[in-house]
Amino acid sequence: MAKSKEILRGAEIFCRALKDEGVKHLFGYPGGAVLHIYDELYKQKDVEHILVRHEQGATHAADGYARATGKPGVVLVTSGPGATNAVTGIATAYMDSIPLVVFTGQVPTNMIGNDAFQEVDSIGITRPCVKHNFLVKDVKDLAATIKKAFYVATSGRPGPVVVDIPKDVTADSCEYEYPKEVEMRSYKPVVKGHPGQIKKAVKLIMSAKRPMIYSGGGVILGEASKELNDFTKILGYPITNTLMGLGAYQATDKQFIGMLGMHGTYEANMAMHHCDVLIAVGARFDDRVTGDLEKFCPKAKIVHIDVDPSSIAKNVPVDVPIVGDVKHVLKDLIAMIKAEITKPDTKVLEPWWKQIGEWAAVDCLKYDRESTVIKPQYVIEKLWELTKGDAFITSDVGQHQMWAAQYYKFDKPRRWINSGGLGTMGFGLPAALGVKLAHPDETVCCISGEASLVMCIQELSTCLQYDTPVKIISLNNRYMGMVRQWQEFFYSSRYSHSYMDSLPDFVKLAESFGHIGIRVEQTADVEDALKEALSYKDRTVLMDVITDQTENVYPMIANGKGHHEMQLSPNSNTEQRELA
Amino acid sequence: MRHILSLLMENEAGALSRVAGLFSARGFNIESLTVAPTEDPSVSRMTLVTGGSEAMVEQIHKQLNKLVDVIKVVDLNDYRHIERELMLIKVLANVSARDEVKRMVDIFRGRIIDVTENIFTIEMTGSGEKLDAFIEALDEKLIMEVVRSGVSGISRGDKAIQS
Ligand SMILES: Cc1ncc(C[n+]2csc(CCOP(=O)(O)OP(=O)(O)O)c2C)c(N)n1
Repeated sequence: MAKSKEILRGAEIFCRALKDEGVKHLFGYPGGAVLHIYDELYKQKDVEHILVRHEQGATHAADGYARATGKPGVVLVTSGPGATNAVTGIATAYMDSIPLVVFTGQVPTNMIGNDAFQEVDSIGITRPCVKHNFLVKDVKDLAATIKKAFYVATSGRPGPVVVDIPKDVTADSCEYEYPKEVEMRSYKPVVKGHPGQIKKAVKLIMSAKRPMIYSGGGVILGEASKELNDFTKILGYPITNTLMGLGAYQATDKQFIGMLGMHGTYEANMAMHHCDVLIAVGARFDDRVTGDLEKFCPKAKIVHIDVDPSSIAKNVPVDVPIVGDVKHVLKDLIAMIKAEITKPDTKVLEPWWKQIGEWAAVDCLKYDRESTVIKPQYVIEKLWELTKGDAFITSDVGQHQMWAAQYYKFDKPRRWINSGGLGTMGFGLPAALGVKLAHPDETVCCISGEASLVMCIQELSTCLQYDTPVKIISLNNRYMGMVRQWQEFFYSSRYSHSYMDSLPDFVKLAESFGHIGIRVEQTADVEDALKEALSYKDRTVLMDVITDQTENVYPMIANGKGHHEMQLSPNSNTEQRELA
Repeated sequence: MRHILSLLMENEAGALSRVAGLFSARGFNIESLTVAPTEDPSVSRMTLVTGGSEAMVEQIHKQLNKLVDVIKVVDLNDYRHIERELMLIKVLANVSARDEVKRMVDIFRGRIIDVTENIFTIEMTGSGEKLDAFIEALDEKLIMEVVRSGVSGISRGDKAIQS
């Protein structure tokens, strides 16, 4: 006799499906519409629920978890305000193509559309910032929809998926079976690149005299870091990473010439401007990367590899587009290059590398190391040294984010975790909490600014409750530094509402949350203070580092300028610029 | 340039708003849009008339394809195709204008489908251009109401756009 399937209530199905999907952590916050589910969560042990202190924190924490592991982050929030609070985090994940599955409670099906208590159209509100969303109207569809949600979130170009579950669906019962596989006729991501295009690409790549590899977050999402390193080393070409792509290629390797874009290095941006063949891998030609499109890579033929066809030729016309999973395509390219009779000729590249060396001699990231007032760059360099470049670093948004990207040299993928696309202040702390849950034995630091940090400061409680000891390094310049910098450059130093008045005592604040607070005011104390903070293995530490208020992020490409029109720091060797 | 896109999509609640939302969020033009079920009740067909530079139309095509509910997108401009639109139009047709209107309807191969003492309701199908021409040909003062369906299109010959 065939074993009859179990009959379960929707709320039980929810918990079982998460278990069967292999979910270990669920970031959530309860409320009326999800109480049946919370009751089931209470009875089970397979999924650990992390009670955040604000639903924005839940989505960012799940996002950090996903970025650090490659696994989807999972969130559960209630209807109405629970769902709207989660939206910022969903949009943040969407812009950076991060796999999240966000479950939102909904009012019962018979009340939908009646302006019921805590009703919002979660499907409508999230539609423009999700990869896809589902409203489950019948408990019989629940398990299959959950399976689809995980599949869509994690395959192809990843992204957040919202599943809206009305309360009555969690009370109704049906037979439970979790599907093993999903088949969707309308959704079939491309994996292999077209062989003809790959051949064309190899031809173009091998003909380059001034080549440049420009790789982005897609390489990290596609787990193609090894292939990118192999590809780059076989060719001996220079490589730059986008803000989202840092760590995909070893930053300490000699072929790496720094990040590119608005605050990229002089050598990376100049090489972009002068290259004759550009190989774009898992990158999307974002406006913060390209500068003025009219002036973008004027001399280059472009190869573009991306899993999302709509990323190709969206902003910049491309000569050889290759749609496919970056890992597969890079493997195919490597195989074909190895099989070529003509080997990459290092002689051809000599003048190009010499030119890049001259640009690098401008030393665009040089800053005043003698200063007694703490320079933010120094703090990050020291952190890099003390953590041996091996920590997981999350950040918020602003100057500190750019300095972290410039001065912490990431050698491995998934170590640099920041909101690049949406630029969401408040991301850093909850993201760090998510990372620490995923990697309890690793050092996790959040580099923040005093303005960003307070946007999700409530998650310090979550850090205590779930024992996720992270190290927060708040570069406190008493300004929304990035706003202040733009006001200095473009608004004749009229610092309109960018001064952070009435700041809390961050040391006491940390202590009141049950953590350790350390204030640092002198350059001479930075190193010891960092060592001390890192030595507290099982405590969360908030470092309030009082930094130079006037420091700016350089180099900078202003709006409307091209890669070759960077504004350089007064500290860099500007005479060298003339020579180069 | 004007393009007619023919889409097959899952017949799911909200599918239409995904397409409409995409166009407004990305600033794409929609000239007209029609949706109806197909021979397979789980699939809807949408016919969309849009325009813009070639690069923009390419983006529209790709973005539509990216929607998880969309099964297939075909640009009918890439095929020999037929397009038709249905128009229902109400015109004043009192004694003095009656014959003239009737004659125009015949010339354009329309049909009068409802008649009152002073009014004809006319049904007409054809390309958008033909319908425009008919409206042009009528005395503007006579037109009471125009209802147009938006364009439907199909490829010629044995080529069929199926899921
Ligand atoms: C939620 C949100 N609101 C506003 C902004 C605009 N913004 C970008 S950077 C910035 C200032 C950040 O200040 P702080 O966190 O102190 O970092 P700093 O630039 O001083 O290092 C602001 C307000 C944003 N990115 N996110």
